[in-house]
Amino acid sequence: MLKFTEDHEWLKIEGDIATVGITEHATEQLGDLVFVELPEVGATFAKGDSAATVESVKAASDVYAPLTGEVVEANDAIVDDPSIVNADPMGEGWFFKLKLADAAAAEALLDGDGYKALIG
Amino acid sequence: MAETEILKTPLHALHLELGARMTPFAGYDMPLQYPSGILKEHLHTRAGAGLFDVSHMGQLSLWPKSGNIADAALALERLVPVDLLGLAEGRQRYALFTNQAGGILDDLMVTNRGDHLFLVVNAACKAADEAHLKAHLGDACEIERMADRALLALQGPAAEAVLAAMAPESAAMRFMDVRALTLAGHGCIVSRSGYTGEDGFEISVIEDAAADLARALLAHDAVAPIGLGARDSLRLEAGLCLYGSDIDTTTSPIEASLTWAIQKARRAGGAREGGFPGAARILAELEGGPARRRVGLLPEGRAPVRTHAPLFAAEADAEPVGTVTSGAFGPSLGGPMAMGYVPAGLAATGTRLFAEVRGKKLPIAVADMPFVEPNYKRG
Repeated sequence: MLKFTEDHEWLKIEGDIATVGITEHATEQLGDLVFVELPEVGATFAKGDSAATVESVKAASDVYAPLTGEVVEANDAIVDDPSIVNADPMGEGWFFKLKLADAAAAEALLDGDGYKALIG
Repeated sequence: MAETEILKTPLHALHLELGARMTPFAGYDMPLQYPSGILKEHLHTRAGAGLFDVSHMGQLSLWPKSGNIADAALALERLVPVDLLGLAEGRQRYALFTNQAGGILDDLMVTNRGDHLFLVVNAACKAADEAHLKAHLGDACEIERMADRALLALQGPAAEAVLAAMAPESAAMRFMDVRALTLAGHGCIVSRSGYTGEDGFEISVIEDAAADLARALLAHDAVAPIGLGARDSLRLEAGLCLYGSDIDTTTSPIEASLTWAIQKARRAGGAREGGFPGAARILAELEGGPARRRVGLLPEGRAPVRTHAPLFAAEADAEPVGTVTSGAFGPSLGGPMAMGYVPAGLAATGTRLFAEVRGKKLPIAVADMPFVEPNYKRG
């Protein structure tokens, strides 16, 4: 299941594991990324907590936990090369995997059409 | 309540046509970046030639009432700690308007055009600068605001070839030379100078000709339009100050590490020692050293350290000793860079400090500037 948030994150959910990244729209707004900071494996976040940071040449932005959960994997490849996020934001540019506290809470998030309508 | 309308430069329509993302700056609607983005625009400027619209800046002429340029130079010396009497015709010099407290009101470029002085000042300060000049120089000079002129900058290793194709005599210009040249059929005042650390030219042209000249320059393969975003990362890599961030009314030229801009003639023992606002503090700091210094800073990790980040002498310290005044990622440097003020005792190159970023203290070291080697065309 593919879901989206109003903060321009996407989630690919399989069972209770959500792979989280930022959308193409987000990367277009941010521009070329030059720095990524990811959470530690084992870190827990409530929905809406700042979980990661991305920086472009000029500014920093937060990436939020879309749902409550525990980080079970972080994509170190994008720390070494932030340009991967710009090149493939929906695939290779994933940020971290969350073990969701409540997988059912994902239902309430935006689907593809809902996100498209949001970004207009 | 009346809303102040945002101002537009003569190239505004061209920026929109080129797909620029616009941003307000000093009351003007300016291009932050074009579709390439800040990173690519920055790298292009160091590899080819970047074209910048800097028409928001102020252009002023100072005409000596006596008809003698030396009188205009001496009059302006009342306001700047710079040797202008010694500035030859066709040459430009960096200057600073100082205030009574020894701080900086603005930084500017001054050119000797033979029968008058030509000044380029920052956009945010131009109204105040004009008033300052009128208040203090009105007896000796006519101060003319050149409101009908645009200002373009062409910067990068390819700039010389592009300009030489239009005006062959431009190739003979050295860094800080200024000449009247005809470019694409338009009369221009051209200086070999800029704000990027690269070789390049700054071009003053009548506003009605600006778009035509810009298009003629952009027609060259090597030339790409560059926005304010890349302008900032380029100047920071070059170690150049941004007025309002790195220098302001509280920073003296000595604290700001701009001592080089104060020629011997204006220092203690010089032919025209002092005689500018704040001379007491400035000459005292030249003698005894300032309390703090503007230094380059290189974070040891990859996280950028940005404006207002507090600086600490030791990781465990609760009280900061200094502040970052500019910080960004340097695309040519390949990592983060910053500048800021630290106590004079901690200003030696290599001094290890800590910058607070998102609640964490990150190691950062005092570093020499520029961060990237300049390419000025020296004589």
